Order: sequence, then C-alpha cells, then structure tokens
Amino acid sequence: MDTSTEITDTPPPAPQPSVEQKRAARGATRPGDRIFLGLSRGSGIFLLVIMAAIAVFLTYRASLAISKDHGNFLTTFDWNTSIQPPSFGIAVLAYGTVISSIIAMVLAVPVAVAIALFLTHYAPRRLRGPIAYVIDLLAAVPSIVYGLWGALILVPHMNGLFGWLNDYLGWTGLFSWDQGAPRSMLTVGILLAIMILPIITNVSREVFRQVPQMHEEAALALGATRWEVIRMAVIPFGRSGVISASMLGLGRALGETMAVATVLSPDFLIHGSLLNPGGGTFAQNIASKFGEADEFGRDALIASGLVLFVITLLVNGAARMIIARRAEYSGANA
Amino acid sequence: MAKRIDVSGLSAYYGSFRAIEDISMTVEPRTVTAFIGPSGCGKSTFLRTLNRMHEVTSGGRVEGKVMLDDENLYGPGVDPVAVRREVGMVFQRPNPFPTMSVFENVAAGLKLNGSYKKSELADIVEKSLKGANLWNEVKDRLNKPGSGLSGGQQQRLCIARAIAVEPKVLLMDEPCSALDPISTLAIEDLIGELKERFTIVIVTHNMQQAARVSDRTAFFNLAAVGQPGKLIEIDDTERIFSNPSVQATEDYISGRFG
Amino acid sequence: MSHAAAVTDQRPSTLRGASLPKWSPWAIAAGSVAVSVGIGLAAGLDSKVQWGLIAGLIFLVATYGIAAGVEGRRQAKDRIATALVWVAFLVAVVPLVSLVWVTVSRGVKVLDIYFLTHSMGIVADSQPGGGIYHAIIGSLEQVGLATIIAAPVGILTAVYLVEYGRGGLSRAITFFVDVMTGVPSIVAGLFILSLMLIFNMEPFGFAGSLALAILMMPVVVRSTEEMLKLVPNELREASLALGVPKWRTILKVVLPTSIGGIVTGVMLAIARIAGETAPVLLLVFGNRFINNNPFEGAQQSLPLYIYQQYANSAGANAAYDRAWAASLTLIAFVMILNLAARAIARWKAPKTGR
Repeated sequence: MDTSTEITDTPPPAPQPSVEQKRAARGATRPGDRIFLGLSRGSGIFLLVIMAAIAVFLTYRASLAISKDHGNFLTTFDWNTSIQPPSFGIAVLAYGTVISSIIAMVLAVPVAVAIALFLTHYAPRRLRGPIAYVIDLLAAVPSIVYGLWGALILVPHMNGLFGWLNDYLGWTGLFSWDQGAPRSMLTVGILLAIMILPIITNVSREVFRQVPQMHEEAALALGATRWEVIRMAVIPFGRSGVISASMLGLGRALGETMAVATVLSPDFLIHGSLLNPGGGTFAQNIASKFGEADEFGRDALIASGLVLFVITLLVNGAARMIIARRAEYSGANA
Repeated sequence: MAKRIDVSGLSAYYGSFRAIEDISMTVEPRTVTAFIGPSGCGKSTFLRTLNRMHEVTSGGRVEGKVMLDDENLYGPGVDPVAVRREVGMVFQRPNPFPTMSVFENVAAGLKLNGSYKKSELADIVEKSLKGANLWNEVKDRLNKPGSGLSGGQQQRLCIARAIAVEPKVLLMDEPCSALDPISTLAIEDLIGELKERFTIVIVTHNMQQAARVSDRTAFFNLAAVGQPGKLIEIDDTERIFSNPSVQATEDYISGRFG
Repeated sequence: MSHAAAVTDQRPSTLRGASLPKWSPWAIAAGSVAVSVGIGLAAGLDSKVQWGLIAGLIFLVATYGIAAGVEGRRQAKDRIATALVWVAFLVAVVPLVSLVWVTVSRGVKVLDIYFLTHSMGIVADSQPGGGIYHAIIGSLEQVGLATIIAAPVGILTAVYLVEYGRGGLSRAITFFVDVMTGVPSIVAGLFILSLMLIFNMEPFGFAGSLALAILMMPVVVRSTEEMLKLVPNELREASLALGVPKWRTILKVVLPTSIGGIVTGVMLAIARIAGETAPVLLLVFGNRFINNNPFEGAQQSLPLYIYQQYANSAGANAAYDRAWAASLTLIAFVMILNLAARAIARWKAPKTGR
C-alpha cells in the first residue's frame, strides 16, 4: 500500500488492521476525511500563525518606537513620548513588575499550599467540598472587581499595617513610610496575592488529592503523625504540581493590569521603600498612559508590552522545564 | 521482643455499617497466623484494627479490646501513632515512597523518631535490607529511586522499611497478591525467617499459601452481603486444613464456595 | 484478662504519651485572642488587622510551647502544622469574604431595573442615576463574537491534537497553546492594537472580540482536549470496525460522547473573558451611549464600565455605587455561567468520566 501521501505525521500503520481500517486511520482517503482533517489541522496551524503574528507585529511596532527613543529603552527612568525628542525606558516598569510579583508569590504560595492541605487533610470532611467549591468560584471573579475592592476597601485598611511596619521595621529602609496614601508596591503585592490565591489553591488541592492513598498509609503504618505523613508522602508527591500552580499564579501576577492600575499611584522612580507610593508595572503603565498617547506613544507602549510578553514566555518556559525535570522523580506514573 | 495479641469482643464499624462483629482471638508471639475467608468477610478490616489503621478511613471506629501483651490499643489516652510504631504493616500493593531512594525508604521510619548518626543509620538500613533478603540485590543501587525496583523487590523493600523500626508485630495484608510466583516464594521464605523475631499476622486469599507459611489459621465468613463478618474458627493450621471443627470451614477449604 | 488490664493500666506505657485534652487548641486560641486584645488596648493599636496578627502569632507560639512541654517535639510539630494551616485558612478567608460581602452589600444599593435598562448618555459621571444597559449590550456582543470565533477554532484544534495529531506539528501546537495560555490579556490587546495602527482604524467592539478570542482559544483547546481524551478508545474502534469513516466517527461518536464536557469548558472560558478589562480598554475604548453595532464606533463593556466609573469620577459616591452595582452584575453573570457549566458537566458526564 502506498503510504507516501501528503500526511507526513502519520505513524507507521500497525501490522494487523484491515485495509479499511488503515484507510480510516490515515483519515485522508475519502473526501469527508480530507475536509475534516484539513479543517482541524488548519485550526491548529491558525493558532500557530496567531502566536507568530503576535511576536512579529509587536516587534515591528516596537521597533518603530525604540528607534526614535532618545533615552535608553532599558535604563531610562522616564516615560515621555509626547516631547521632542521622546525619551522613555522600562527600568522602573521592570522593577515594579518583578517586585510586586515577588511580594505576591511570597505571600500567596505558602498560604495557598496551606489552604490546599487544609482542604485535603485538615478541614472537617463535611466542609471540604463546599469550601473548595467556593474557592473555585472565587478564582473566576474578574480582576477589575479585585481592583475596585483593592482601591476602595483594601487601601484604607493598609494605614494601620503600614504604620506598624514603619514603627518596627522602618529601620530596614524597605519598610519605611512617609505617611503618604498607601498606594504602594506592597499594597499592590498584597492585592495580587489575594487575587492569585484561589487559582494556586485550586490546582494544589487537585494535586494533593491525587496522592495515592497507599503512600499515605505507608507513612501512617510507620507511626507518622499527620504532619509527618504530609511531609513524607504528600508534599514530595505534589511538589511539581505546586510549582506549576505557582507559575500559573505568577503569570497572572506579572500580566495583571486593572488591579494594579486602580491601586497604585504611579511615578517613574524606583523607591527603596515598598511602602511609599510610586513605581509602576508594564501592564499598569500601558493602561494608565494609553488614554493620552498619540500613535507614537502607543508604539512605545507596545514596545513595553513586548518586553512583558517575553518575560511571561520565559517564566512559562522555566516552569515547563522544572516540571519536566521533576517528572521522573515525582512518581506520577509509578 | 515479639508481643502477644489478645483480642476480645471486637467489632468494627464504617459509619453505621458494622463490618466485623464480636471477634475474640489470641495470637502468640513468634508465630505466623493466617486469616482466610471469602471476599468481604472483614479479614482485612480486622487486620487494620490491630494497628488502628482502620480509623484512618472516614467513619471508621471500633468497639472492644485489643491487648498487646498487657496494654489495650484502644485504651484511654493511647496514641495511635505510637501504636503503629509497635505494630508495623505491609500492604497489598507495594508502596515505597516514590520520591525517595531505596536507602531513604528504609530509613523513613527511623528518621521520624529523632536523630541517628549517619553510620548508625547505614547499619540499620543494611541490617533491615538483609533481614528482608534484599540486600544483595540493591546494595549497589541504594541511592536509586525505590520505585525503580521490580514488584517483588519493592514489596521486600516495604518489609525492610517496616522492620527497620523494630516493631513487635508485623501485619501483612495480602502481601503477595500483586506479585508473580517467584517473588511470592521469596516473600514466603522471608516470612518463615521473620517469625523468629516478630509476631506475624497475614491476610491471604491463597489457601496453599496459608498452609505453607502459617502456624495458626483463622477462618472468617459472613452470613450474607451487607452482614458483618465473623470469626468462624481459629486453630492450628494443620488441623484447619485436615480436620476443621466447623462445616463451613471445610466447605470453603475444599472449594465448595467462596 | 480484664482484671490484668485494669492492673496494668497504672503502669508506665510505651503506647500512651502525655497528651493535651481535645479542647486545648480552643483554649489556647481563646487565650491568645484575649491576650492580643489586651495588648491592642494597652498599646492603643487601632487596626483590627494588627490585633488579628498578634493573636495569630501568640496562638502559634503558645501551641508550640505547650505541646512541646507536655507531648514532646514531634507532637508539637504536628500541632504547629495544624495551627498554621488553620491560621492560613482563616487569614485568607478574611479578604475573600470581604470582597464578596462588600460587592453584594454595596452593589444592591443602585442595582434595579432602571439601572439595567439605561445608559450613561445624559448623566455625568459624578451624578447619580444612569445605568449599564450600554455596557451589557457591548459585553454580550463582544463576548458573543469572540466565542463564535474561538470556540470552533479551539474545538477543532483539540480534535486535531487528540484524533490526528502526532509528530512535530502537533507537538508545536501543544507547546504554543501552553505558551498562549500564559499571554497576559493586555498583550493580546496590544497585538490587535498594532494591527489597528497599521490599518489606521478607530476603536470598535469587534476589535475587542478579536483580542478576547485570542485569550479564549487556548482555554477551549485545553479543556476540550481533556474531554476528548476521556472518550474510551473502544468506542472509536467499535465505530471504525463497522467501516464508518474516521471523520464521521469523530462527529457521530467522539464529539457527542464528550459534548457535555466541551460545553462546560467553553462556558468557563466565556466566564473568564467576560471579566477582561485591559484589551477592551485599548480596543473598544468605552462609550457613554448605546452603540448596538460592534463593527463600528466605540462601545462599552461591563468591566471597562467599572474601571471608568472608578477612575473618571474623582471620588463621587454616585460613581462608586454604580461601579459596585456593575461589579455585582458582572460577578452574577460569571457565577451563573460557572454554575450552569458545572451543572451541565454533571448532567452530561460520560460514564467513564471522573
């Protein structure tokens, strides 16, 4: 039988099936099969084209802006696109994006893992399902609602915490506070943490639930306490899952726009203290500056968006590598 | 070191369902006792009540007494964690910790209880692996994942892990049902050696196995599905298999039901 | 036997350690709350958050100290882990409950039929009155168009990956679908914006739909893939062995078996993009008036409305009220989609499903 058709990614046919089945399996000998395969493969290729187009068009528009940037695109502490010559740079945005995401991760990941354990191992059995369900729904609350809540409810409540941090940890410099409105990187980080908490909790819970009963029983039969069971059997098994959950959360935090835009009071400086307002993130800056930007200003914002795009790609890739490397030891398929 | 188990009037429940009813028996130290009976007769449940693993399942609870020498496992203030330290368990499917190496698996129970010197730990691990007839096969791959061993080796690894903490009693829940005949033979030989040091209770579906490895055999049965399982009789293995005192036992052994 | 047990109950035991009574965590919790209130009052701390933090800290330290003293280190660690897990849960519950509570309690203030059926056409942002009719229309049209584009493409791609895909192309698609899942929504918006800049276009609703579709596609691919993988191979083989062509097997056997899960996935994806603000801000721009035509002129959308009510109103309470009411509407929409999706998943679950 002639196998040199236009499909290059068909596996070698298994030895037994009839000619009929082989034809069906190859899926391109009948008109109906050919059309259907063409449609579905076309959709897949369409997705690849979109990804390529995102990269190409963002790069093209970004290059228009960067080529006229009078400052240094990477190091300038300014975003002036309407003056001549224009001068803008992403240093402040990169710093703000990274620092707010770090704060969010430091706060959210341990708490999310703890809640996931709470839901799988500690909570009264009758409450586990309903609580998990509610957290699942909270993961679907739109970010703009978190932003509104953050700006109108969270920000006023931060004064006490900021004063307290300033009193006791102000000497570190990181937590000194000039009594300004608490619309600072720390507030942003806390709000981002609250936002990504449900999603990390959900994925981690799913992972912990999949720990085979027999591993936990093995630990119990050795005379382990509940915490020791978790440390011996649950966490090692779930580690790669928790990492991928965290990366999912990190991706959200890095690209979050509205919640940051509503809470932060931005400027173009890097502040030593996390408590004083100022700074900015890529996404927030795009949303805040877009309204008054002319065509060139929009290209400049696209350039900063391209950097954000690359950062999220790197984070995603890193997560994938970590998971792949851990897979052999995770016992997921043991 | 091995201890005697003395059970009196024990019933076990899952929620409101009574899984086993009013069981009493004595298991002498340094013997092998086999539990046989049809599926669902509660022999595994009963085994799990002997180290309080039964209550890990939601709604699991127990009435009655289990004396380990002269202490009631279900007495007030008894810590189930301490009970499981004294009464080790080997499960139906080999379950080494997938994220740990062979060495770490054997040392897992020891590390729970305080600190050992490196050399001390290595000694105990070696002794336990030798005790489980596994040392020669794994001594060159102690740092490889335990899940990379064959099924029979994994099960012996689990036995080594269980005996490393020096329990007084070793419970085995159908330890060979997931293994091939050669691995099964290796485990059966091992059971013969281990009974010098431990009190062993084994649940098995395989009557030849019960006849081969055990000194005493207990036959469990249930009146009907949904009814609690009961202990029909317990006697010397030889007697059970040649001349049991209850008709149901003879029927079961001769293959007339179950 | 029984009297032997009675005698030996007095002897020191290896099985029985000293242990704290069952109520001890509650007692310690009550004690630490009391102490923290005392400290809070004495030091004049006005923030309840601080009181809570102090109480939590005292609780952890006291639990560890008492348990380590009475029960030993291992038990103390176990207890501290339990305490930490509970504290983490309670700490996380506070903001999440507050979010829901505030949205509902403030949202119901102006949420009524008038609000749902009027636009902001004749109302200044700082004045009371007005509504979200134009935003609802915009949201429905933009999200609807995005779904019309993204759902077929996503489902077909998943069919390709599961039913046909082997080799380099499907690996590339799988990889880039993963990558696409991580694309921030604002980047998707910027991509469409770059096209609009090239073709010199003004903002309009369908541009937002395109960006939303980009965000929606990978989600649909992923969930559909999962569902198709749940269809047992025996079903496909049974159909193929009857001489049914592969494409008809997929259409008549595979897809119908998993349709419940696929619909669920699409609805969850809709719920996700319905709350997206950033791309809409860049591409649809916002509009005070009703614009029923998504292909021409700026439109409004619910999330964008919330943002603009917050940002453009200079702190007017009327605008905040509208923002909360719109938030409540948006959350209700998303939640209903979520609940309906789950109901469908349960109702249509294939027998082989989890």
